[in-house]
Amino acid sequence: MSIFKDARHLFRFVGIFVLMFIVFLIVRHFIVPKSFGEYGHYRGAAMGEIAAHPIHFAGHQACETCHVDVQDVKKNGKHAHVNCEACHGPLAKHAEDPASVTPTKPDTATLCVRCHAASVARPKNFPQVQAEEHSTGLPCETCHQPHSPAMTAGGAK
Amino acid sequence: MSGVEGYMYPNEVTLYWSVLIVLYPYITGLVAGAFILASLERVFNVAAVKPTYRLALLTALSFLIVAPLPLVLHLGHPFRSPEMYFTPHSTSAMAMFGYVYLWYLMAVLTFEIWLDYRLDIVRLSQKSRGLMRVIYKIMTLGSSNISERSLHIDERIGWVITLVGIPSAFLLHGYVGFIFGSIKANPWWSSPLMPVVFIFSAMVSGIACVMVLYMAITKLRGKTIDMKCVDTIAMYLFYTFIIDFSLEMLDLIHRIYEADESFRSLDFMVHTKLFFSQIVVQIILGTLVPLILLAVTQVTSLPEIARKRIYSIAGALTLIGIFAMRWNVVIGGQLFSKSFLGYTTYKMSLVTKEGLLVSIALILLPLGILWVLVKLLPPWTDEPASEGVAAD
Repeated sequence: MSIFKDARHLFRFVGIFVLMFIVFLIVRHFIVPKSFGEYGHYRGAAMGEIAAHPIHFAGHQACETCHVDVQDVKKNGKHAHVNCEACHGPLAKHAEDPASVTPTKPDTATLCVRCHAASVARPKNFPQVQAEEHSTGLPCETCHQPHSPAMTAGGAK
Repeated sequence: MSGVEGYMYPNEVTLYWSVLIVLYPYITGLVAGAFILASLERVFNVAAVKPTYRLALLTALSFLIVAPLPLVLHLGHPFRSPEMYFTPHSTSAMAMFGYVYLWYLMAVLTFEIWLDYRLDIVRLSQKSRGLMRVIYKIMTLGSSNISERSLHIDERIGWVITLVGIPSAFLLHGYVGFIFGSIKANPWWSSPLMPVVFIFSAMVSGIACVMVLYMAITKLRGKTIDMKCVDTIAMYLFYTFIIDFSLEMLDLIHRIYEADESFRSLDFMVHTKLFFSQIVVQIILGTLVPLILLAVTQVTSLPEIARKRIYSIAGALTLIGIFAMRWNVVIGGQLFSKSFLGYTTYKMSLVTKEGLLVSIALILLPLGILWVLVKLLPPWTDEPASEGVAAD
């Protein structure tokens, strides 16, 4: 028995460890959200919360139901696969209530260079321009039709 | 663009890992090295280094307490840091490092220091007065059993803890090297030798740190430096340094011989942007000069005063050299582009969260903690802790 008596201080030190571990488990129980790990290394309930967020994008099908004329121009041009809201921005509210929500027309002088400003990081065959030299600040739609931008398509309509 | 040469991808222009990430492996290295020095006396029975045994343990603890601070400062949001413990991801090296850190702090260092000082703590709790008495009483954990048998048990358990502590110290700092060495996208870091080089450089820096601290503190205390002890430490520093330098040269030769697609870019960087910090500070001033100085003390019989000066200079240069090594690894790995066609520049700020002043404070903070620990638990063999209070 004397070995236990002489080693009692060690048990006390180990006891502190055990106590700290229990405190850790209790704190963990309260701090870690219940749904954590349900689907992966994240809070499972986050899926529902994200899904409940209001939808901002209408999707190109919604646009095409009304803007058939634009779709006809766009489908044969280079921008056929560029989604409407990629340039016009999220327009779910406009799709829901076209009469009262009118979207602002994008400024092509600043919009187009997002993709078409010259950069060595872009593929060589991708159309790129030095905007200052190419258009001297004029809106791109002066010469290009944004929905089908080849020069043969003419300017904005 | 200012500070950028050639072609850099946009996300490479600014360095994300600043001087704080240089401090992190530097500080953990000092911890691991100091502990390995302490284990020399305990496990390998090198009696000559006994005067530094306790100081080495306290030094390791002081630096270990500060080790995570650079990371917390760099990341910000300190209240998020416990998440690493609450919901660790098994594939995250940093999350696993959190557990290695806690294990080393609590199960190895604190336990070993407590076991080694228990006799002193019990005596101090009986002799001291006021607040100190309360502090020492708490530290006894309510047990004043200092029978011969209980101290013998402490000795045996302490030996086992030191034995466990050696691989733990290797794990602690090997992990830091592992974190860099496993970043396969970066050819400057990605090397299986990285953990091994980090461990040996840690041993070098930790041994040098304790040697310099022991000499400085002993001089400040007005006591005589135990030259047999310092000579032995210097000898171990010399041997460890040779292994460390050989491993780094092995890594270098391997890179030169392999000469993969990154080599020309990295070679150019070493000759330009990293020339001062790597060639001048790390290799010449921080490695070759101290190695030559230490070699001189090993092959000649110099007078005591000359040896003291050489050890001080060699120790200080070693600490600077190992810091430069961490700098070159962390900062150097971010200066070149993955296109191998461009280089950026790191400009350290002065007073920001990741600036020079904060870094200096983080390096001085462990010394402040060490001062408190030395006051609380005097490590001197020439003036046992419990006698110091008795004289008061």
